[in-house]
Amino acid sequence: MKESPEMVTSQGELFSPPDVDAARAFFAQKSRAMTDKRMSVNEAVSQFIHDGDYLASGGFGGVRIATSVLHEIVRQRKQGLGLSGHTATHDFQILAAGKCFDRCDIAYVVGLERRGLSPNARRYLESGAVKMTEWSNATLGWRYKAAAMGIPFLPARSLLGTDVFRYSAAKEITCPFTGQKLLAVPALFPDAGVIHVHRADQYGNSQVDGISIADYDMARACKHLIITTERIVSTDEIRKNPCQTFIPYWLVDAVCEVRYGSYPGNMPYEYYSDEEHLAEWLEAEKEESTLQTFMDKYIYGTRDFDEYLALKGGEERMQVLHELEPLKHCQEAV
Amino acid sequence: MTQSNTRYNLMELMVCVASRQLEDGRTAVIGTGMPLAAAMLAQKTTAPHLVVMFEAGSAAPELIKLPISVADSYTQTRALLHSSMDEIMEACQRGMVDYTFLGGAQIDMYGNINTSMIGTDYQHPRVRLPGSGGANDLASLCWKTFVIMPHDKKRFVDHLDFLTTPGYLTGPGAREKAGLPPGSGPYKVITTLALMGYDPLSKRMKVESLHPGVTNQDVVDNTGFELLFADPLHVTPEPTDEELRILREEVDPEGVIIGKR
Repeated sequence: MKESPEMVTSQGELFSPPDVDAARAFFAQKSRAMTDKRMSVNEAVSQFIHDGDYLASGGFGGVRIATSVLHEIVRQRKQGLGLSGHTATHDFQILAAGKCFDRCDIAYVVGLERRGLSPNARRYLESGAVKMTEWSNATLGWRYKAAAMGIPFLPARSLLGTDVFRYSAAKEITCPFTGQKLLAVPALFPDAGVIHVHRADQYGNSQVDGISIADYDMARACKHLIITTERIVSTDEIRKNPCQTFIPYWLVDAVCEVRYGSYPGNMPYEYYSDEEHLAEWLEAEKEESTLQTFMDKYIYGTRDFDEYLALKGGEERMQVLHELEPLKHCQEAV
Repeated sequence: MTQSNTRYNLMELMVCVASRQLEDGRTAVIGTGMPLAAAMLAQKTTAPHLVVMFEAGSAAPELIKLPISVADSYTQTRALLHSSMDEIMEACQRGMVDYTFLGGAQIDMYGNINTSMIGTDYQHPRVRLPGSGGANDLASLCWKTFVIMPHDKKRFVDHLDFLTTPGYLTGPGAREKAGLPPGSGPYKVITTLALMGYDPLSKRMKVESLHPGVTNQDVVDNTGFELLFADPLHVTPEPTDEELRILREEVDPEGVIIGKR
């Protein structure tokens, strides 16, 4: 038997406890009915996202994100949300501009990958308005996986020895089999999640093309799940290719048909990101005042996502972004 | 300092030097920007069988253009596998991934990296940066970690404001003591001035070659900690005409990484 290794403790706040029995009780009463769940984005946000809820956003920041739902959360001026900052880029930028959250589990935030850093998201976190707890992309994803498995934690081998661990709410544990020092990451059950997909039926059976990032586990970890989809298809269409179904209907609370719903983000096989508009966001964010004007124009001053799209050139612009999408060309080339 | 010359710029030099460090037939999880430009160049020159993976889930694509995001469509073109983040990260944890290739805001003598914040109060940072992203996981779990970044005193620091991503932590044995997988760790650092590795005993950063026109003193003047120097100290081979042609014409024709010509 190896000597028990020296343990270090973390000091981050755990915003969402890994209470698996409370989760089981919740999932026990969640509806199993295969009913038509189609509704507007406005209705879905009103019904399933409440002030103070803990929110998870699917996709990868600026790739296959549910922009329409994120805009609607801002438009309905939701307050005091908890946020899972997992691979969060443009989604984080939108919710930070709306000052919608006051606590955040951080794996990747503020940054926009090769596009730089969001000045407003930086200001928001630097202001002290948001309580932060630190994680990484793998460990925050594994928190979803633990929840999806219905267990209170998963062991892992990263974060150890770093300040990310120190400011996380993970714990060091000793493996009961090998005596090794391991990291334990607690299950994360968000109150609500939003995921954009390529196709779903009216009940919520959903399929995507391309990579799934952390959405498989996130969909299972969330208590309520809003799906936005490029297209509503028949259930027969889903049944033709069930190995592509990564979210079955019983996980889903709302289905919203939102064509171009990841705009200005990339939707693999459909349209590439609108780099001009994303640059416009960055420019507007330089000052509070210009950001307010920008938000009034595009989010507070529009009734819904279609009106926003229309302001950005509508169908004509989307055709341009469709032409810029490389996977479409790859498909055609085969 | 490196003299400006008409044949190549510093970005091109760094990408070419980095690409030559990647052995053929290895697996690598690569970030966007300069690391990916280096990997793409390696695939088109000395490492045609380098398997590139992206933390968002794409593996072994045929890359046609530099992606903006590690999840975007350009990471997924003609891939062998469209999977998920857990699939990629768990492959790293299992020991299947040889390399990761990262950038950073600050680095110290043991190759620890900060990408989280500048300041002293975690809840009130002077500058909030993105955080780990996948970097902590990748540098914990892949066998060898490459870092590429500009060389100056603001980046090469004696003390990190925040230790986001583990290098050798506090020195020999520290990774193992912390619980990180044995045998993994920092491998090479490619900067605007030099190619560096790590001393196998002290685990401290060690200059292996100076870029053409760079002196020891240039490197010392631009580093906030005491560096080790290899003896003999080599001069980094210049980019070849063929490397530059491929880099400019095939890897980054728009000049987003290497600049517009």
